Amino acid sequence: MKFLRRFFIRLSNFTAGRHADQRLQEEMAEHLALQTEENLRAGMSPAEARRQAALKLGAAQAIREHHNAEQGLPLAENFLFDLRYAFRMLRRSPGFSLIVIATIALGVGATTAIYSVIDATLLHPLPFPHPGEIVHIEANLPGVGAHDVGFSIPELRDLRNSGIFQNVSFFFFGSENVTGSAQPTHIAGATVSASYFAVLGVDAALGRTFDPHDASPGSNGEVVISDGLWKRAFGADPHILSKSLRLDNDLFHIVGVMPASFRDQGRTSEQVGTELWASDGFYGDDASPPMRGTRTGYETIARLQPGLSPEAAQARLDALVASLKKQYPADYPPQAEWTIHVTPLAETLVGNVRQSLILLFGAVGLVLLISCVNVANLLLARASARGREMAVRQALGAARMRLIRQLLTESLLLFVLGGITGFAVLFCARKFLLQFVPESLPRLNDISISWGVLAFAIVVSVAAGTIFGLAPAWLVSRLDLNTTLRQEGRGTNGSRKRSRLRHALVIGELALSLVLLVAAGLLLRSFWDLFKVQLGFNPSRITAIETTLPNPNDPKTDIYHTATQESVFLREALRRIRTLPGVEETAVSDRAALPLGHAQNDLRPEPLIREGQDVQSSQPPLIDRSIVSPEYFHVLGMTLLRGRLFVDQDLEATPLVAVINEAAARTYWRHQDPVGKRVRLSAGQPDWTTIVGVIANARTESLADAGTPQIYLSLYQHPAKFLAFYLRGQVDPAAILAQVRTQVQAVNPELPVFRAETLDDVLSSSLSVRRFSMEMVALFAATALLLAALGIYGTISFLVHEQSREIAIRLALGAQRSNILRMVLRQGLNLAAVGAGIGLVGAFIVSHLMAGLLYGVSPYDLSTFAGVTAVLTAVAIAASYVPALRAMRLDPITTLNSG
Amino acid sequence: MKEKPDVLQGTLALMVLKTLDVLGPQHGWGIARRIEQISGDLLAVNQGTLYPLLLKLEHEGSIASEWGTSENNRRARFYRLTVAGRRQLQAETRDWEQNAAIIARFFNVKAEDLV
Repeated sequence: MKFLRRFFIRLSNFTAGRHADQRLQEEMAEHLALQTEENLRAGMSPAEARRQAALKLGAAQAIREHHNAEQGLPLAENFLFDLRYAFRMLRRSPGFSLIVIATIALGVGATTAIYSVIDATLLHPLPFPHPGEIVHIEANLPGVGAHDVGFSIPELRDLRNSGIFQNVSFFFFGSENVTGSAQPTHIAGATVSASYFAVLGVDAALGRTFDPHDASPGSNGEVVISDGLWKRAFGADPHILSKSLRLDNDLFHIVGVMPASFRDQGRTSEQVGTELWASDGFYGDDASPPMRGTRTGYETIARLQPGLSPEAAQARLDALVASLKKQYPADYPPQAEWTIHVTPLAETLVGNVRQSLILLFGAVGLVLLISCVNVANLLLARASARGREMAVRQALGAARMRLIRQLLTESLLLFVLGGITGFAVLFCARKFLLQFVPESLPRLNDISISWGVLAFAIVVSVAAGTIFGLAPAWLVSRLDLNTTLRQEGRGTNGSRKRSRLRHALVIGELALSLVLLVAAGLLLRSFWDLFKVQLGFNPSRITAIETTLPNPNDPKTDIYHTATQESVFLREALRRIRTLPGVEETAVSDRAALPLGHAQNDLRPEPLIREGQDVQSSQPPLIDRSIVSPEYFHVLGMTLLRGRLFVDQDLEATPLVAVINEAAARTYWRHQDPVGKRVRLSAGQPDWTTIVGVIANARTESLADAGTPQIYLSLYQHPAKFLAFYLRGQVDPAAILAQVRTQVQAVNPELPVFRAETLDDVLSSSLSVRRFSMEMVALFAATALLLAALGIYGTISFLVHEQSREIAIRLALGAQRSNILRMVLRQGLNLAAVGAGIGLVGAFIVSHLMAGLLYGVSPYDLSTFAGVTAVLTAVAIAASYVPALRAMRLDPITTLNSG
Repeated sequence: MKEKPDVLQGTLALMVLKTLDVLGPQHGWGIARRIEQISGDLLAVNQGTLYPLLLKLEHEGSIASEWGTSENNRRARFYRLTVAGRRQLQAETRDWEQNAAIIARFFNVKAEDLV
């Protein structure tokens, strides 16, 4: 209390500039007068009385200083003095200040930029109430290599009744055709359990969301729409709740409009921007009850009971799994090893991007460190030049702490100015920079340069300024007065400690750069290998355009219910599209066959039942299934290895046929010819499908993975709702969508036609996160190399400057100039060798940690390590060459005289 | 020659408070002389150190000061004890006496008492 009161009075005196000096002067004068009178009374002479009184009072100046310090806040006053002095120093050497500020701005700006991305993606909680309670539930069958297979309806009920969750919901993102208006529109929609919004914990802004206890088996005819769709398609109609809309010819009742701020959970910006949610019970309303073994394959999210941690929930789920396995042994064969896994939703959404972002943050952290080291080096060099100033001030009685504080204030000022500059540049360029962030980054829209980010930038600058300003300040304040005052300015060796620190700093810089360069080199190699990979298909000049056929709840109203019905439409649409200018060839497939498409997440492997080998009740192997038209293989340039491809004569009435890829042939028919073998896909199908051909592996699922087993069925034998047309030829990318839409809608005006993409674009965007992190790390590595080169240049220049007398004497005594050059270069090379040695150790550790981000290249790739070391050495030599030349050309006479 | 013992800041503050308690409002010199009289020549030099201490006590609210007229009719700054200061003095006196009593007992103990 007393302390606080005292502090606040002093603070207010300090800020108001109130001084008590006048009062003290008066008091002391009075004190002296009173004491003198007493002395006189004691019989002293007037002069002696005054002298004794003054002696008794003590040193007036010291008392005044004490008194002043008590009146205000001496620490703050000194800080202001130091700051003013620091500003003067900064203005006195503008070149130096500019370089330092720019270097720090670079380091802090880059770090802050990456931090803002991490802040949005990894650190921000999901925008739902109590986001920690929301989890993603996943069922795995590790025994048969199947991942996230989804739950059956009885399993969903088990989860709901387990007491572990408040609510559990299926969901799947898709797209919906909104028809009935002038132009059929296609929007991002989601089909969800009625409890979906209860899981997210968000209510509608207008109307209501679904009743979480709704147990309708199929669709209950209710939809909730987004604020955006409400405004766009319905003109923000306040009576929207009495309206309906048509999805695939089914009538849906709008029950609610979500708040404008609501964003759905999801991995892509498309999913996050979902505009329509339809409630569904996820099982048919036919008489047969849903089977335990029939997994729906949908993703599942849930909200945990309050206070239950994901770990505790996992333990209880494990117990549930064990008891279910005991209860239904036929449905959970032990070899399948059925397990359920909960993960916090936030983690699932970010997924594998986390690793890339952490790598980037690490890389940018190294850049920051290198720029700080560089600045520390510069500060040290300048401090050496100011050695005399420091010595004189110390000789005049400046306390050492006071000098350190002053030097620290100077470096802090530089760092904070640098940090603010970096932040300001980042803030001004944020729109520009965001273009480079790949769109597939989750929560891209949340990235913002907020107050938190500013705070981060300032904290980083202050911390860096304290750490990297302290060492030079400490060393400078420790100088030996006598030697410094005698020697400084005569060009002899400075403090040995200081030069040792400078060397250590440069070595550190070189080592850090080497680590970054190795990381960048390995990422570059991975990217290049992926880029150059044998695709197995030819994406060039192919445009894919999607459409979706109506999928009404009542099959009787579906005009494309059978493959024969659908093929009439497909053949006519393909014929019309082929007439468009520039189109040479066309094909059509379901979305699963879209190479590297965004639909990859929706892909579910199907069980493959081989005739004579697999029994339906056992757990058959799984295979990815695509449905394609006969022209598909030719348009995409896939090679037939054995047998035949589909022909137009393979129809619904003729025997079912399939084509598999080499990986499937190798995996499932080892040492056999698969052609002619018969399989069944999905247990419910009565007819056998004959394999008629084997094609070469194509990386249509993932660039990194060559050997995913795949089976292709004919679109004219199996109807599909989500379709992609392929057009090979020189088409006008801007106009093609409208042209195709016209042609398709000439056949059926109800169909939406959307999303025209060239396969080249799809290919490049599938690499976007990899490319982004590769480019960023390469950029950081280049920056680091540049900074390291500057550092070594500065250090060698300084060495040459310090040794100029020695060099001059050597020259005067007849040393060869080439020897001088070699001597200086050797110093640079020594630094580089030690730096590279330490850096290689660091690089081994880092490359081991980032192994998961690499493709096709070993984390200990010898050529990368060797190449990078060579580059670093070359740069170090080049950077030492300029000062070495200067040393070689030194004129001994002028140098020795100038001392 | 032996150095005079450094009077701890806290002890000096306590002396100031006690002086004001006994004598009532006093100016700086009056306080200094009183302390000097009681403690012998313990505080003889550096009477000036009193002034920063007085300012500190004033900031802490233990004493207050105002201008007044000294015995020889000149302007002088008079310090007086505040209510908080009096409370503080009482508390510290108690503490001091306790400590002193303990130390005294300690010193009075002879070896045979402990057997």
